[in-house]
Amino acid sequence: MTTSARAPSADLLETDAGAIAHRLSLKRTRWRARLLPALGVFVLLFGWWAIVVGFQVKPFIAPSPFMVLDTLYAKRAILLDNLIPTALEAAGGFLLGNLVAILIATVFVHNKTLNDIFFPVALMLNAIPIVAKAPVLVLMMGNGVEPKIAIAALVCFFPTLVNMVRGLDAANPQAMELMRVLSASKTEVFFKLRLFSSLPYLFSSLRIAASMSVIGAVVGEWIGSTQGIGALILQATYNFDSALLYSAIVMSACLSGSFFLIIALLERWLVRWQPQHVH
Amino acid sequence: MTTTEALAPAISCRGVSVRFFTEHGSVMALKGVDLDVEAGEFISLLGPSGCGKSTFLRVVADLIPPSAGSIKVMGVGPEAARLRRDIGFVFQDAALLPWRTALENVELPLEIAKAKFGAAPASRASPRELLELVGLKGSERAYPHELSGGMRQRVSIARALVTNPRILLMDEPFGALDEITRDRLNEELLRVWRELGMTVLFVTHSIHEAAFLGQRVMMLAANPGRVQEIVPISLPADRRLDIRETPEFVQITARLRRILEIC
Repeated sequence: MTTSARAPSADLLETDAGAIAHRLSLKRTRWRARLLPALGVFVLLFGWWAIVVGFQVKPFIAPSPFMVLDTLYAKRAILLDNLIPTALEAAGGFLLGNLVAILIATVFVHNKTLNDIFFPVALMLNAIPIVAKAPVLVLMMGNGVEPKIAIAALVCFFPTLVNMVRGLDAANPQAMELMRVLSASKTEVFFKLRLFSSLPYLFSSLRIAASMSVIGAVVGEWIGSTQGIGALILQATYNFDSALLYSAIVMSACLSGSFFLIIALLERWLVRWQPQHVH
Repeated sequence: MTTTEALAPAISCRGVSVRFFTEHGSVMALKGVDLDVEAGEFISLLGPSGCGKSTFLRVVADLIPPSAGSIKVMGVGPEAARLRRDIGFVFQDAALLPWRTALENVELPLEIAKAKFGAAPASRASPRELLELVGLKGSERAYPHELSGGMRQRVSIARALVTNPRILLMDEPFGALDEITRDRLNEELLRVWRELGMTVLFVTHSIHEAAFLGQRVMMLAANPGRVQEIVPISLPADRRLDIRETPEFVQITARLRRILEIC
């Protein structure tokens, strides 16, 4: 009798303690997830500083982290002036390349013959490295902003084309049968089923394209340009201005990072039906 | 016109065969199926896997063309019946669109019908009422991943019923559910069927389910898929789960099992 009366309260205490322990361990995991990467960055920066100072590396070979920080502030006007054209080229190329890729993927999914003719060609063109494609486009389009946008668009185009074709075909086969039972038109199947099914595929390629578009714009600027982060990187290299070179690299990394962030936020806002999974 | 439709069977098949072509030749999925289903009847389709029961359902729904034989659904060909929205289909995995709420999923057939005919077909019950009928009042705004397997299948039944089809085709709808949920849904399906009075073809590989639900059980044998026997189930239409403990029910399932052994 007494034992049976005591047992539930003991259970309760135990589960309470269990719940608290669980919550604490959850909290700890969350802190670990934030702190450990920050620690990694700190170790990297410290190692960089230690090597530069310890081996007395000459400033024209590699700057110390503090020098880069100084330059980022002192030359902020030049850096921002050169960041804006690169950002516009990358964004323009991103929009153009992905839009064309989505449209062509839509045509491919609805026309098997066109798909079979041109998809292998697209894959072949993709095999050419962008540093090889870039001069070709500069020759055709001149020295303006157009070839940079075209190069950024090209590097975005292929991953999105491949993923979008796969995504549009990834609709649940039973849902496709359902659409047929409902006598849905091709347009309805596309807008009510295929397009939504493709969104997770589309976003996985958009996340790649977000940073690829910046690479494309920078490579475009390497081949004959007087402004942009790419041009700044070349100038700084030729002048042995390592601090400016590293600052330009930091700027381009920030640009890729913010593009990536925008896409990730857009995905979270648009693709809400997927149960959250860890990246 | 209406009188002939009323007199004609809901589904009438004569010598329906389906042949699938593969790399290694062809497979006879169904051979010479004859079946007449009266309007308002509940038929279970039972057989071993590979006997063509799902294929038969897809022939009736105009998802697969028969390679031989004739088939009439509500007096017309399967395609005309599909275009007239005589057919509702419930799939094995519910096949809900994950980006739509339960209510939006049920509304999908109406949206598509509206685009085609300019107006939604006259429905006996609204999407909300249908969700209530299948016991999901209050879950209208839930997304499929927030619902249990049984609840998702309820949504898909409501979706199949929203265009008020006269024939409901169900392809192992409760096959992936646990037994407790399955029993409950079986009983509720009978209630919905008595209330709405549509014709039902129900594919299953459970002897108990087939006997509990059907007024007749069409037993199919494999290789090639063919009708082995059509067994009438002499139980009252108003069935509760405890009917499965009666000697009559036990006798029926024993008989079905014996037939299944030679299928």
